[in-house]
Amino acid sequence: MRTINVSVNGKQYSHEVEPRMLLIHYLREVIGLTGTHMGCETSLCGACTIEVDGKAVKSCTMFAVQADGAKILTVEGLAAPDGTLHPIQEAYWTEHALQCGFCTPGMIMITKQILERNPNPTEHEIREGLDGNLCRCTGYQHIVNAVRTAAKAGA
Amino acid sequence: MTTTVTKLEKLVGKRIKRKEDPRLITGTATYVEDVKLPELLHAAILRSPHGAANIKSIDISKAAALPGVVAVYTGADILGVGSVVCAADLPGLRKPVHHILAQDRTYFVGHAVAVVVAKDRYVAADGVDLIEVDWQPTQAVTDPEKALAAGAPAVHPEWPDNTAFIHNQEGGDMAQAFADAEVVVKQRIVSQRLIPNPMETRGVVADWKQADKAMTIWTSTQIPHLARSILAGQLGLDENRVRLIAPEVGGGFGSKLNVYPEEALMGFVSMKLQKPVKWIESRRENFQTTIHGRGHVDYLEIAAKRDGTILGLKLKLIQDLGAYHQLLTPAIPTLSVLMMPGLYKFRNISAQVIGVFTNAVPTDAYRGAGRPEATHGIERMVDMLAAEIGMDPAEIRYKNFAGKDDFPFLTAAGLTYDSGDYAATLDKALEMIDYKGLREQQVQARAEGKLMGIGISTYGELCGFGPSPATPAGGWESATVKVEPSGKVTVMTGCSPHGQGQETSFAQIAADELGVPLDDVIVLHGDTSIVQYGIGTFGSRNTAVGGAALFYALQDIREKAKRFGAKMLGVEDGEVVLADGHCTDSNGNSVTFQQIAGAAYRGIVIPTGSEPGLVATRFWEPSNFAYPYGAHIIVSEVDKETGQIEIKRYLAVDDIGNIINPLLVDGQLHGGVAQGLGQALWEHGVYDDDGQLVSGTFMDYAMPRARMMPWIESAHTITPSPVNPLGAKGVGEAGTIGSTPAMVNSVVDALAPLGVRHIDMPMTAGKIWKLMQDSSIQEKKA
Ligand code: FES
Ligand code: FES
Repeated sequence: MRTINVSVNGKQYSHEVEPRMLLIHYLREVIGLTGTHMGCETSLCGACTIEVDGKAVKSCTMFAVQADGAKILTVEGLAAPDGTLHPIQEAYWTEHALQCGFCTPGMIMITKQILERNPNPTEHEIREGLDGNLCRCTGYQHIVNAVRTAAKAGA
Repeated sequence: MTTTVTKLEKLVGKRIKRKEDPRLITGTATYVEDVKLPELLHAAILRSPHGAANIKSIDISKAAALPGVVAVYTGADILGVGSVVCAADLPGLRKPVHHILAQDRTYFVGHAVAVVVAKDRYVAADGVDLIEVDWQPTQAVTDPEKALAAGAPAVHPEWPDNTAFIHNQEGGDMAQAFADAEVVVKQRIVSQRLIPNPMETRGVVADWKQADKAMTIWTSTQIPHLARSILAGQLGLDENRVRLIAPEVGGGFGSKLNVYPEEALMGFVSMKLQKPVKWIESRRENFQTTIHGRGHVDYLEIAAKRDGTILGLKLKLIQDLGAYHQLLTPAIPTLSVLMMPGLYKFRNISAQVIGVFTNAVPTDAYRGAGRPEATHGIERMVDMLAAEIGMDPAEIRYKNFAGKDDFPFLTAAGLTYDSGDYAATLDKALEMIDYKGLREQQVQARAEGKLMGIGISTYGELCGFGPSPATPAGGWESATVKVEPSGKVTVMTGCSPHGQGQETSFAQIAADELGVPLDDVIVLHGDTSIVQYGIGTFGSRNTAVGGAALFYALQDIREKAKRFGAKMLGVEDGEVVLADGHCTDSNGNSVTFQQIAGAAYRGIVIPTGSEPGLVATRFWEPSNFAYPYGAHIIVSEVDKETGQIEIKRYLAVDDIGNIINPLLVDGQLHGGVAQGLGQALWEHGVYDDDGQLVSGTFMDYAMPRARMMPWIESAHTITPSPVNPLGAKGVGEAGTIGSTPAMVNSVVDALAPLGVRHIDMPMTAGKIWKLMQDSSIQEKKA
């Protein structure tokens, strides 16, 4: 067992964890934030995408101990404390960019990263940016629209 | 109390964003994996690594001794639990017994052999690694045509011919059609195995309460009530003491229209250990053990006159069933036979379906379920016929369409299509895409040595499952509308939407009928302790069947509300109208719907012959399926060097009847098209000859990603269905059904100058490249 200290969505946590525990399981089962989803366990679907120190990371492919000292942001940390949605969340809602919603937390987190790197992406750049994230429901068209809408909103 | 009643805007037909989204975009929805209970145990399953093998012995002692492991169970322990249920039946159908854990033999890679229950998921997985099985592998067979050959290994030793059933259907006189034919075109067409891959895998939590003899099961399913009935039977429990909850479900596409071994297995474990237990399927397990779709080899022959008049279609369909029957496995290919004639008026069909056992996971309903295969068949054959007689693919379709005055239209397969104007839909598509201009462009492109293709598919489908006689376990649907004393409205639907958006579209319907704000309506589903018995979500039935049940329940509420309103206004029953949330008499006096609801529960003013309360439940049985159709056109270009296919344009003109929420319809179409293009271009569930699933990860199974998808242009024509009061037809599967033949027709058209006349799916770049090498050789020889 090892002790780790992490900040998740602005809150400080300290826990003893097994060295083999995946970061996604730490977030979901130890901290209790179940918004981050496991879709493949093999870094191929992006459902588990979160931010670690400002960079998008697939949390199924990182151990909790590797996040010691890190600042983590998950989908639960996007809306303001009063419940006001993040512009990316608003854009996904307005554009009907989700159906079953399982891929959505990962899609929203990767959208944040796409727009941070390129605030005004073309359709092609958006599609390239989404390449690590699978959605089986939407055919991606409305997700592309949502990324555009979020970009316009200056997200 | 004369009041001015403000006219309310109708919500049906509007692009309204979804009511279900806030929880999904904030990460606060509850999927099965998110369910937590005190003292929850975790299960992991040992599975067969062999396509076919005898189990000589199993040693669980090391696993059982591992600290943290609570129990290990094998096939010997579960014999008291009922086997996996197949609800479909056909004359002479051979039904292998499918135990929830394998007995002395395994039949496919992934077949469940033992379950380890532990205090956490990591320890459970460690336990699985410590089980020692003495395997004796035997020869597997995974190709259905090889399985039919003499001397093939028997999947089930008791049936050495590997044949589960043979189903014949004739319509008209196919022999005469051949006799009258001036041209016959034949083709073998494969609809490959596909792996549904909802982004949420399956998962089960079971919680047995001995004192109440009550079981609660959370499971990721499309059919909560049917699953409850089946699981109660398997576990020997009273149906009313089993509560089944389909919480948030992360996609299904038919793969969760099923009851799998793990559901009863978790119930069994919870009863044994008197503790709640959770099992979450890994993606690898999902590939290997959740049903696959398609798996057809079709031998087709189309008979026609030289002027393009189609006389008949003959089909020999070899269905790869896998090792067992899941819930509907043998029924799926029979749907293909029903859809053989497509939108065309020819009078003769002849079909033989041979259901074949293979050492593979069972096939069953995957988005479209039997209809995509049929549509692909007829739409490919029509194109091949057109090429054979030198006719334009659009023209041959016009020549053979059932006419708009032919409805209700009885097809050669014995179905009665409800409504349509097929030519009008194709007109619209050809005009939108400038078909004439495109053909001119193509001449130019070809002259420049470019491989440009234009592919048309005019698909039809049957959905809105369906009349009960044609739907195993019933095809009706139910709805309850419960108005609270405040006038707030709760809808409980027997459907089990999992992304389709009925929490929104059903609220639109209810809000319009009752004249209440959209926000005043909530829609509940998926919990058998809350919702009246229902059938579930599959076969594009939510709106056409579940929506119709809701509509009639709303009419009951309206009638009762009017009687209360009349009584409150002191007039006769028939003298009021209910509109815009007000009940108004001929003098313009009115009471609001909310005042009526309050009075109905206050119980002081009760209309004669009525009773307090404002609740209605309806079960609605459709008299027929609904029949959406459409025209999809794809413009493509094939790269001569690499074989890469580029989609230049994708146009879909669909007629799905009346539309409740166009925003949701667009979403359904896009998703459906993505799955169809996935089949046409990339996806393929491949077993090797030893029974290993070689396409068993997202690295090896190419699901469409954002950069692979074209922009989809879409439009509609609208011919309401007369089958249900909403006039809706269904849209969930349309995109999947319409897209594959359009894609293949487009690429075959692009490669036609090289002498290519057919390509089987998936049309990967490698396959196209090889084909171009062959045809250029042929070209040189010619
Ligand atoms: S679960 Fe992490 S990428 Fe799929
Ligand atoms: S919305 Fe279902 S997987 Fe993306």
